[in-house]
Amino acid sequence: MRYSVALLLGFGLMTSAAAADPPHQGFGRPATPQEIAAADIDVRADGAGLPPGNGSVAQGEALFASTCAACHGERGQKPIIPALRLTGGRGTLATPNAVQTVGSYWPYATTLFDYIRRAMPFPAPQSLSPDQVYAVTAYVLRLNDIVPDGTVLDADSLPKIRMPNRDGFVDSYKPGH
Amino acid sequence: MRRGSIALAAATVATGPARAAETDVPPWMLEQGTPVDELPYGSPSPFEKSVVRRPHETLPFPTSASVLTPLQDLEGIITPNGLHYIRSHAGTPAIDPAQHRLLVHGMVDRPLSFGMDDLARFPSISRLHFLECSGNTSFYKASLIKPNWNVQDTHGLLSCAEWTGVRLADVLAEVGVKPGVKWILAEGADAAAMTRSVPIEKAQDDAILAYAQNGERLRPEQGYPLRLFLPGYEGNINIKWLRRLKLGDQPFETREETSKYTDLLTDGIARQFNFVMEVKSVITRPSPGRGPAQPGFCEVTGLAWSGNGRITRVEVSTDGGAKWGNASLQEPILSKCLTRFRLPWTWNGGPATLKSRATDETGMVQPTRESQLAERGPNFYYHYNAIHTWQIAPGGEVKLAV
Ligand code: HEC
Repeated sequence: MRYSVALLLGFGLMTSAAAADPPHQGFGRPATPQEIAAADIDVRADGAGLPPGNGSVAQGEALFASTCAACHGERGQKPIIPALRLTGGRGTLATPNAVQTVGSYWPYATTLFDYIRRAMPFPAPQSLSPDQVYAVTAYVLRLNDIVPDGTVLDADSLPKIRMPNRDGFVDSYKPGH
Repeated sequence: MRRGSIALAAATVATGPARAAETDVPPWMLEQGTPVDELPYGSPSPFEKSVVRRPHETLPFPTSASVLTPLQDLEGIITPNGLHYIRSHAGTPAIDPAQHRLLVHGMVDRPLSFGMDDLARFPSISRLHFLECSGNTSFYKASLIKPNWNVQDTHGLLSCAEWTGVRLADVLAEVGVKPGVKWILAEGADAAAMTRSVPIEKAQDDAILAYAQNGERLRPEQGYPLRLFLPGYEGNINIKWLRRLKLGDQPFETREETSKYTDLLTDGIARQFNFVMEVKSVITRPSPGRGPAQPGFCEVTGLAWSGNGRITRVEVSTDGGAKWGNASLQEPILSKCLTRFRLPWTWNGGPATLKSRATDETGMVQPTRESQLAERGPNFYYHYNAIHTWQIAPGGEVKLAV
């Protein structure tokens, strides 16, 4: 905070307290709990951020057929372009033609909830209720044989799902780069 | 005589193709040009209408797609704003800056909401940096490469601009970073609500909250009114239309850092959080689609860049890599910025194979395509930076060689 120190020196206000605790300028305004709650839609791998509510595979099946299948294919089969494939590919990651899907590649089931909630359905993002997102998440996991029929997902059960490729990633971030 | 020329000039304007004799006064010298206030925001000459961004091919989802910068037609290192490459996942939102706010919350002392006016009060900085999509030049699978590609196709997800904004570190000091913060979630205000996790060290180092690009406000497709700019990092993490920063103690594992933008190795394990665009270069002329090369003097010029710092050396080979010569580097040579290189060359008219090889200040040198493929395998999709090759046939035609 070089500029702040210089500013404070300019006004002769530099104190030892200010040096220890970087001063702030009072720019911006306090964010209200309500506006934070409205914007805070992300879901972490440990489930932090999951909303109340629940949805079942059966509910998800109906929703997927009406809202998702036009692009991602009926029951997730035969999407309109290969990039929209949501199923299959298990056992291919170490072959020359790896097929990376939710089932074969994604490390966390929570990411599926987070992504559908913020970005899908593509023509109307953020239009699904939390119950609907739980339901369609359950159905996509069912299509990938990750959960059985009859599964109901909520904030407690979703983060407990272990994805097949959970251990398939190495962190290559090097601090300082 | 003079009256005759005027008549001829008028005829030329009206009919177009008729050509004045070389000895005639050019028609544009015989009448007033367009008024200076006709175009309040100027545009390139109509004769430059082929110098445009374009996609690789027709787009199934034109809002989740990219268009490429015409590097073959550009000079120096700066990309004009209208030609900066675009990669978006849900189109360009039409954001009213008066209504746009940045929320900074999570592990902070004071969660704050900033309007654009609030952000403008922080000290400003300007930096020249390249931006490259990590999917640029994805040459791992030969089946995805088309032999008729030019440099716009092969390297056009690359641009360079002067970015102006405020230091993210200053904004973080304003909210007060709690102990234990390791990652920051950055979220965009587009219909993808694009999100990536940014390491705190990078955020505190050279990260910019940018509101301007080459002297004017950001273009809408570049994140107007506010984008995150992380010098040297892959394009996707430079979140456009930035609306929210959430500080946390772990990465947020978003779809764009798990399903996408991860690099799958041959053993089935993928590299995650692979951010830096490493040292790379390409010859932009001679290059395909610019008409045949002419025997005799032929300047070889191109661009080199590294997300790890400055370019220190660019070598050029015209015989497929047997002999290399040092190209001269055009000032300025800046960190994490495009650097223009040039080499005077005399083409004898025979077959020639052109390559460029850049080295950066950390000592990293561009690998050959063979060694990069051997190290990474066919499922690695992003972060390709191997030496690139153009071939010149005896007739002067320049083609992609893989
Ligand atoms: C109009 C076509 C369309 C519809 C309808 C649609 N999607 Fe998508 N979906 C897309 C596109 C396009 C992408 C890729 C977006 C991108 O990467 O920019 C995508 C991506 C996804 C992905 C990420 C895939 C991956 O491997 O990364 C998931 C999951 C998904 N959609 C789920 C859904 C669900 C669930 C629905 C219904 C609620 C839905 N989609 C409806 C077009 C559609």
